[in-house]
Amino acid sequence: MLIAILADIHANREAFDACIAHASKHGAERFVLLGDLVGYGADPSYVVDKVARMREDGAVVVMGNHDAAVSGSLAGMNEYARAALEWTRNKLDVAQKSLLKELPYTHREGDALFVHSEASRPESWIYVTGPAEAERSLRAVDSLVTFCGHVHRPQLYNMAPLKPPSLFVPKGPVAAPLVPSRRWLAVMGAVGQPRDEIPSAAYAIYDDRKRTVAYHRAPYDIERAAQKIKNAGLPQLLAARLFIGR
Amino acid sequence: MARQALVTGSTIDGFLVGEKLHAGGMATLWRVTRADIDIPIVMKVPMILDGDDATTIVGFEMEQMILPLLTGPHAPRCFAVGDFSAQPYIVMEYVQGESLLPLLDRMPIAVEDVREIGAKTAAALADLHRQHVIHLDVKPSNVMMRRETGEAVLIDYGLSRHEMLPDLLAEEFKLPMGTGPYISPEQVRGNRADPRSDIFSLGVLLYHLATGKRPFGYPRSKRALRKRLWRHPDPPRALAPEIPPWFQEIVLRCLESDPAKRYPTAAQLAFDLQNPDQVRVTIRGERTKRAGWLSGFRRWWRVSTADPEPVAPMAAHMTQAPIVMAAVDLSEGMEVLAETLREMVERLLRTLPGARLACVNVLRQNRIALNYPLDEQGRNIHVQRLVELKEWARPLGLIAEQTTFHVLEATDPAAALIDYARSNKVDQIVIGARASSTLRRYLGSVSSQVVAEAPCTVTVVRAPQMADATAEPEQASAG
Repeated sequence: MLIAILADIHANREAFDACIAHASKHGAERFVLLGDLVGYGADPSYVVDKVARMREDGAVVVMGNHDAAVSGSLAGMNEYARAALEWTRNKLDVAQKSLLKELPYTHREGDALFVHSEASRPESWIYVTGPAEAERSLRAVDSLVTFCGHVHRPQLYNMAPLKPPSLFVPKGPVAAPLVPSRRWLAVMGAVGQPRDEIPSAAYAIYDDRKRTVAYHRAPYDIERAAQKIKNAGLPQLLAARLFIGR
Repeated sequence: MARQALVTGSTIDGFLVGEKLHAGGMATLWRVTRADIDIPIVMKVPMILDGDDATTIVGFEMEQMILPLLTGPHAPRCFAVGDFSAQPYIVMEYVQGESLLPLLDRMPIAVEDVREIGAKTAAALADLHRQHVIHLDVKPSNVMMRRETGEAVLIDYGLSRHEMLPDLLAEEFKLPMGTGPYISPEQVRGNRADPRSDIFSLGVLLYHLATGKRPFGYPRSKRALRKRLWRHPDPPRALAPEIPPWFQEIVLRCLESDPAKRYPTAAQLAFDLQNPDQVRVTIRGERTKRAGWLSGFRRWWRVSTADPEPVAPMAAHMTQAPIVMAAVDLSEGMEVLAETLREMVERLLRTLPGARLACVNVLRQNRIALNYPLDEQGRNIHVQRLVELKEWARPLGLIAEQTTFHVLEATDPAAALIDYARSNKVDQIVIGARASSTLRRYLGSVSSQVVAEAPCTVTVVRAPQMADATAEPEQASAG
């Protein structure tokens, strides 16, 4: 089955919808959302409601640090994230907040583990920025592949037994076979706020039968998403960065 | 690792294991069957001694990643791959035919046969490169000829590289990887990203088949391998004087140590091997002695002092060096159209400095009446057309190696053009369309048939319309 994996939606309605449409067109039958549904973007309520409906249809959702911070502490967040979360808290009702609060940190299914940040300490929100963090995550689990997000840049790590992992930056939507003799850490780019200098929304499709992962990009209406951020009085930088993917 | 013993009669993941076909140093091949697959298939199982033979394992993993992604007749079709924790394997099509290996016992091989083998293998490489894969181990045992279609199939992707996938081999091994006699200079230096490496290896193969001698011997040390970075091979004609200069020109161009001096694409190499009469022979083809020490020294100096050059992504590389075909109508009254066509070609080539231009004209044959090879003035019509075609191209100011001229004799011009484009792997056709008229709409035009049926991009050019122009009465022919 083809499973679309979306991370870091960040209340970007246009990017979220574009990815769902793109994935459906490419045959995705199921959705896994790797957390950070809200924060930064102007449509938290829309996104959370849509996620609630997708869950009823079988989608899997795990918790991100921004989701946790809606009802929890803002410690460790930068000023933009803080400002956006304070704004977001006022936009969500009790039911929406409780959905975010009750999300699990991880979800295991067949060969795959799904988590927002990385697998060694999911509640610590560690960023996978290189082979060292990737190795710590890969050594902590026995699944063939771990899917995560959080850093907003697509990366694919593979690790052979007794060796450190190595990094590959995905170059296009080729279905990369995850050879079963290795362990794989597939880091998703961000749906709602890409930071790899490509502004299009990033997500991936996992084929759990053939065991392949293909990294996709979905173009979306950035002008509209950015305008809404401005209109909402959120920090201007959060709108500007969408255009350059940084 | 719990591993089942593989024996005839056992079943693995639904595949019934038949006879053992081949046991090589790296892998064993078993004939297998499965009810839902109706073509002959084999299971390739790596020979892993104590589970620590790192290159074999990684090479097999690489093949497990690449083979399932390949399509088309030039790679074996892949049906399944098996896990290393149970039984590592690849199930693929059993290619019916022979590899080039037996030819090594019959060398030297006639140039005409080597040419044909080379053209087919280059076409297969072009198809592989189009799919973002560099083979990196082209040698006689890895090239098979399909018995039914005669097409070349490249097998064994254990050293290959897929541009869009992690390169497991580069990540783990810093030593040059390849097969001693065939490995390209850039592979020796650790570069696994240049498709022109395959062109070098094919050059070694063609040289070897035609002369019976390996251009760089059989080096066994890294130091000996590095020699090819600067040393010119003996010209094939020094070893076998009957080898024609055009063949030597092609082979020595493949064997240039600097990839930029080789054919830019495998498709362009295939083109020359298919059109030997069009190969422009330079000093490279005429030479009967190895290039002098000074040239060798220059190469040595360049190699010793240079950093490895960054290589452009394959796609960029290939789109920069397409084969463009200009279908030129030389009939009377079509001068303006021919000129407009040339302007379009010029514009195209300006942006594509690596492109090849094939100028093609169709000499229309009568279906029934006899065709006289001479016109009323007693001139050979075919030769006359060729002269006119060259004259048409002259203002383009192209270098001879970049351009070829072909006069096709055919009763159906559109079919001839399409056929030419297909067999020469043309990337883009530029063709003129005559002014529209009722008769043309009724009979159909050559250009519209080419647009409808060509295997590639077609650009249709129209002469600018004069304000007072009226469609001239036309003949149904050509266009």
